[in-house]
Amino acid sequence: MSVSKNNDPFWWTLFGAGGTISAFFIPIHVVLMGIAIPLGWFDTMDYDRYLELARHPLARLYLFAVISLSLFHWAHRFRYTLYDGLQLKHLEQYIVVFCYGIATAGTFITVILIFSI
Amino acid sequence: MDSRESTTSRTDDAGVEIPYQRFRPKRYQPRMSIFWWIHKKVYLRFIIRELTSVFVAIYAVILIVKLNALLRGPESWEVMTAALATPFSIVLHVIILLFVVYHSITWFLLAPTATVVRLGRKRIPDSAIIAVNFLMWLVLSVAVGWIILAV
Repeated sequence: MSVSKNNDPFWWTLFGAGGTISAFFIPIHVVLMGIAIPLGWFDTMDYDRYLELARHPLARLYLFAVISLSLFHWAHRFRYTLYDGLQLKHLEQYIVVFCYGIATAGTFITVILIFSI
Repeated sequence: MDSRESTTSRTDDAGVEIPYQRFRPKRYQPRMSIFWWIHKKVYLRFIIRELTSVFVAIYAVILIVKLNALLRGPESWEVMTAALATPFSIVLHVIILLFVVYHSITWFLLAPTATVVRLGRKRIPDSAIIAVNFLMWLVLSVAVGWIILAV
């Protein structure tokens, strides 16, 4: 994989899209599914209805977009934080493969899960 | 003659003056501490803002784990539900929430620098773009919350 400056607009677009979608949608998920529902503040759906919801075409698209773009958002931002914060610019190639590699792997896993659910 | 050439002079270790040479890199390049960002509030806020992306990614992975549990069947789903109710999980989610909310707020406050909207010849003020973003955040959160809780 050759990475040059020319790829930056592409990664930046994914970073921007991921930043926006995660800013809009992740907080409410954390509040409800990570805090409020586990603490029993709400009566929630059972397993079958969650499964039914996750199988809805729009829900699949939504989950794919939120998960994949959030990962690419992290990949791009974390890459430059490593450069600036830890001054690891000389390890650029490894950092690029590590960051975007994880995001790509997560995207593949998400696609497989979404289509087999 | 370039005025800088006459005024800029440096000395070497022995105190001998080194004449200014254009485009010649300095030999002395101090190495910054990797904790350079700790000493000033602006830098610290910048690094915290950049690190919110780590928590965004952690939650994306949690969503993958949840999808996997859903796919594997009711037993896996029960195991995951029980794990989510542990104090460790609650504390972890509270920490994630603090960072992702910080991400949302900083992201929307920066939105006007990325989106310049013009209405005719007038540029829509930054404050309006920020307000619309926060309003959309509220509306979308209510919509998603309603779907998760009430479908």
